[in-house]
Amino acid sequence: MSSKIIIGQYVPSNSVIHRLDPRVKLVTVFLFVIFVFFANNTLSYGWLSVFAITSALLTKINLKYIIRGLTPIWFLVIFTFLLHLFVTHEGQILFQIFGLPIYSGALIQGGAISLRFFLLILMTSLMTLTTTPIEITDAIELLLHPLKKIKFPVHELALMMSISLRFIPTLMQETEKISKAQASRGVDFKTGPLKERIQAVVPLLIPLFVGAFKRAEELAMAMEARGYQGGEGRTKLRELSIRRLDWSAMLVFLVVIIGLFLFRQ
Amino acid sequence: MDIVFQQVSYIYQPNSPFEHQALKNLSFSIASGSFVAIVGHTGSGKSTLIQHLNGLLRPTVGELRIGEYQLKANEKLANIKALRRQVGVVFQYPEHQLFEETVEKDIAFGPKNFGIASADIERRIPQVMKAVNLPLDLLKRSPFELSGGQMRRVAIAGVLALEPTLLVLDEPTAGLDPKGQLEIMDMFAALHKQKGLTTVLVTHNMEDALKYADHVIILENGTKYLEGKPEDIFIEKEKLESVQLDLPEEIQFLQTFQQRFGLSIPYRGQSITELAHEIKQRLEGMNQNE
Repeated sequence: MSSKIIIGQYVPSNSVIHRLDPRVKLVTVFLFVIFVFFANNTLSYGWLSVFAITSALLTKINLKYIIRGLTPIWFLVIFTFLLHLFVTHEGQILFQIFGLPIYSGALIQGGAISLRFFLLILMTSLMTLTTTPIEITDAIELLLHPLKKIKFPVHELALMMSISLRFIPTLMQETEKISKAQASRGVDFKTGPLKERIQAVVPLLIPLFVGAFKRAEELAMAMEARGYQGGEGRTKLRELSIRRLDWSAMLVFLVVIIGLFLFRQ
Repeated sequence: MDIVFQQVSYIYQPNSPFEHQALKNLSFSIASGSFVAIVGHTGSGKSTLIQHLNGLLRPTVGELRIGEYQLKANEKLANIKALRRQVGVVFQYPEHQLFEETVEKDIAFGPKNFGIASADIERRIPQVMKAVNLPLDLLKRSPFELSGGQMRRVAIAGVLALEPTLLVLDEPTAGLDPKGQLEIMDMFAALHKQKGLTTVLVTHNMEDALKYADHVIILENGTKYLEGKPEDIFIEKEKLESVQLDLPEEIQFLQTFQQRFGLSIPYRGQSITELAHEIKQRLEGMNQNE
């Protein structure tokens, strides 16, 4: 069940998008999220959609897989669309559903908002699909580096992030394993009254927490044993560097932004 | 309970970049009351196979029968709880499933879920504690205060308390010391005999497979590679080595012995002491002939 959701999932490959510097991807997605709100007509929305879909195709990940993975988000997109459809009262009345008038403005606005929402989700998932959690943390650490001057604990924050990201799949596996073991002992997670199903979670949660604490302790011990002492004087195995590919990607994105401002009204 | 697999295939995460076929067209049958060892390299599909035995997984293609229960692709089993009540599964590192406040409550957890009367459960608890060789005064302790080996035994007791007719063991001795391994395996062998269970053992340990099983199935890449009696399977040195499996120590010794000294001793399930005795007799016999 959980395997169908792709948010936060990394799909290994060697596409152009995969090879981009994670800092470039992070900043691009961040700026894209802001600039989506500047689109205000068919042409500018179309322009951004072309950019997003081209990026999706460039990842070489099966488009069907991406779209299906966003299923839980589709629900939100459709909900937003319907909300706008019935609440907005602009333009002419086109037709009526169950006695509720549908305005032309509502149709346009509903469509625009859901498209905006879809583009946001698509671009952010493209980033996590093509970037390993470690790369993301490295990028964040480097991007936040200037904040060190004001004594902001950048390295510690990045370390906390990478540890939690690292253990998400481990905990997921552990959850699956324990739920299978308890199901074999007669726990029913899927049917029965709600109260019983909530109680069924206890035999799952307790071993999970016990295991997580044990793991945290072991990790702390292992780090101490190897003399870990934070970011001071620490070097990296994988140095991030901006290469020609990254410069071209930034150039393309700049063109997209300029295009957006030319096309919007 | 007898088990019949008919061309079972299982695919993890179909239609995704992570699609992986763990079982391919697997067919075999296990007679009721037998002790079967399932052996194979990491990733050969052993764990996937045993999860079919109590309906945790359903085949993607094909069907299987466990006793009177049929599991088919695309068809939910209505009385899955009745099946699970009869199939006790000891997973790898079963101590991770402990959660109750006391050992006693944890052992009672399974039977209670299957609606077994509390008087009956109270009768079973001391029995299973004795079976796993734990003193009764541990019953009121928290399972998390115990040593690793004791926790393992409590978890196994929790499965045995279901009084299953089919016992499935997934590397039950992994991570135990040699003495603990021997104790636990002997305990399972004794239970198997006493209660007339059908036992399915997944193991990396060829010596265990040879010693306890009366039937061996070797998996490779999700398909059945070899199947038969352990004495017949474990002399196929080349075939085993091509799937990165070793011969059991006893047979390895006998084969090397024959190469070095030209003395052939067929393996018929002798223990190490019996083998030593037999070799001694044969050597003495040779001396007298000279």
